[in-house]
Amino acid sequence: MATQHSRSAARFMMAPAVILLLGWMLIPLTMTLVFSFKKYLPLRGGDLGWVGFDNYVRFVSSSAFWPSVQTTLIIVGGVLLITVIFGILLSILLDQPMWGQGMVRILVIAPFFVMPTVSALVWKNMFMDPVNGLFAHLWKAFGAQPIEWLSDASLFSIILIVSWQWLPFATLILLTAIQSLDSEQLEAAEMDGAPPLARFGFIILPHLSRAITIVILIQTIFLLAIFAEIFVTTSGAFGTRTLTYLIYQRVLESQNVGLGSAGGVYAIILANIVAIFLMRIVGKNLDA
Amino acid sequence: MARAVTTRRKTINTIAAWAIGLLIFFPILWTILTSFKTEAQAINDPPLFFFFDWTLENYAIVQERSDYMRYLWNSVIIAGGSTLLGIVIGVPAAWSMAFVPSKRTKDILMWMLSTKMLPAVGVLYPIYLLFIKLGLLDTRFGLTIVLMLINLPIIIWMLYTYFKEIPGEILEAARMDGATLKEEILYILTPMAIPGIASTVLLNIILAWNEAFWTLNLTAAKAAPLTAFIASYSSPEGLFYAKLSAASTMAIAPILILGWFSQKQLVRGLTFGAVK
Repeated sequence: MATQHSRSAARFMMAPAVILLLGWMLIPLTMTLVFSFKKYLPLRGGDLGWVGFDNYVRFVSSSAFWPSVQTTLIIVGGVLLITVIFGILLSILLDQPMWGQGMVRILVIAPFFVMPTVSALVWKNMFMDPVNGLFAHLWKAFGAQPIEWLSDASLFSIILIVSWQWLPFATLILLTAIQSLDSEQLEAAEMDGAPPLARFGFIILPHLSRAITIVILIQTIFLLAIFAEIFVTTSGAFGTRTLTYLIYQRVLESQNVGLGSAGGVYAIILANIVAIFLMRIVGKNLDA
Repeated sequence: MARAVTTRRKTINTIAAWAIGLLIFFPILWTILTSFKTEAQAINDPPLFFFFDWTLENYAIVQERSDYMRYLWNSVIIAGGSTLLGIVIGVPAAWSMAFVPSKRTKDILMWMLSTKMLPAVGVLYPIYLLFIKLGLLDTRFGLTIVLMLINLPIIIWMLYTYFKEIPGEILEAARMDGATLKEEILYILTPMAIPGIASTVLLNIILAWNEAFWTLNLTAAKAAPLTAFIASYSSPEGLFYAKLSAASTMAIAPILILGWFSQKQLVRGLTFGAVK
């Protein structure tokens, strides 16, 4: 029914958003791309000319690269595993009839609203500190030697902190998905004598598969980019330097912009691979 | 008989869910409790739970020593400003895509979403450089613009899914009756769209308030919001748990409260409408 008039008005109304986002995307992206082909050291001579693919080769052949990829995969994989498994269990539990359901929900999702720097510092100092942390008190109460969490079990500690932040997200989305499940179907299965595990495996899990995929994809994109949690806990030490953190160090700490930009291009490609799958699901939803 | 089973089951569910819920909430509870202790009580072994001398001195000290209000004000300006700007730009865009869709609408929406997937670290130096060149480094204005841009796709997507739910027939009827575009937006659309816009505002304030990549990298002393203020506690001197807790409690309290109001919208906003 749209008239020619409303069409041009629509285009006009869309223009600011489109132009801004286009600029936000294209300008920095082009700059990163240009820098990545240059030897560019702002504090040591500035722009030292074109070097072709040199930075790309050096970034992947540096001794820090593969460990950072490994760290990234362990952190992202670990957090995904924990949040998805516990998210499924928790959302099923929260869907059951109980007293004070609304209140429990509030308790469970609260960590999501805590800013990353706060959660990282609270965990680091008040829980994981080897002298005064709550875990240290607990360990000592059982006569055990307190653990230096962030140096001796650094990856595990970061995974724990980040999982605590993201479990609410997974739980909330899976809970929303479970609540859209037709309860008659479950009741019918129960009447027919299907044991709980079978009901879970054949009805609940397939119903959740789409939501699980969405949780995994969205979390992957955010988890690949975690920064503050590492910045305030270990600053990349003790084997916690992720790809994101490595690029940050190359660019701002050692001011090797060419090298860091090449790393940035790798990160952009990596994020895009994940994004393609996510967009496909979201896009399908648009048609429906 | 069925009822008896249900009650027993319900009791078990309740106990299990509350136990897990409290466990997950515990770090926040512990932070709040610690903020009311003295520094010596904060690190007491065994830990003190409720029976200590409650004090408000940490809150006073944090404000006195660090000018807490300035960081809070920066957070308010940056989160509020970026949200407001985002809404002003996002509402017309989402409106036109929802009500005057064209062949390319879907592509534009998907492309907008893709800008959200761009890893920040990949464009860190260009933005940093542009900020220096434009004199925006460590300014609230610069940060407001950046946070508006990173959240604009979410704003537009959320608004779009809400606007889509407004029945088109109503608009057509209004057009038949001779309503102009302006009247259509002002008297018909806006009242129906307000709940959706409100949820979008809420979620966006939360996201902007907690953003911790650009706020850490683009600010120093002047424009630093609470995220950066708290990060300054990462290299502490002496006893500081109670003060850290007081500062943390103040930083998260407003968002915890807003967040509890926006649980449902959170799902829609963060999954780009894919889960409702």
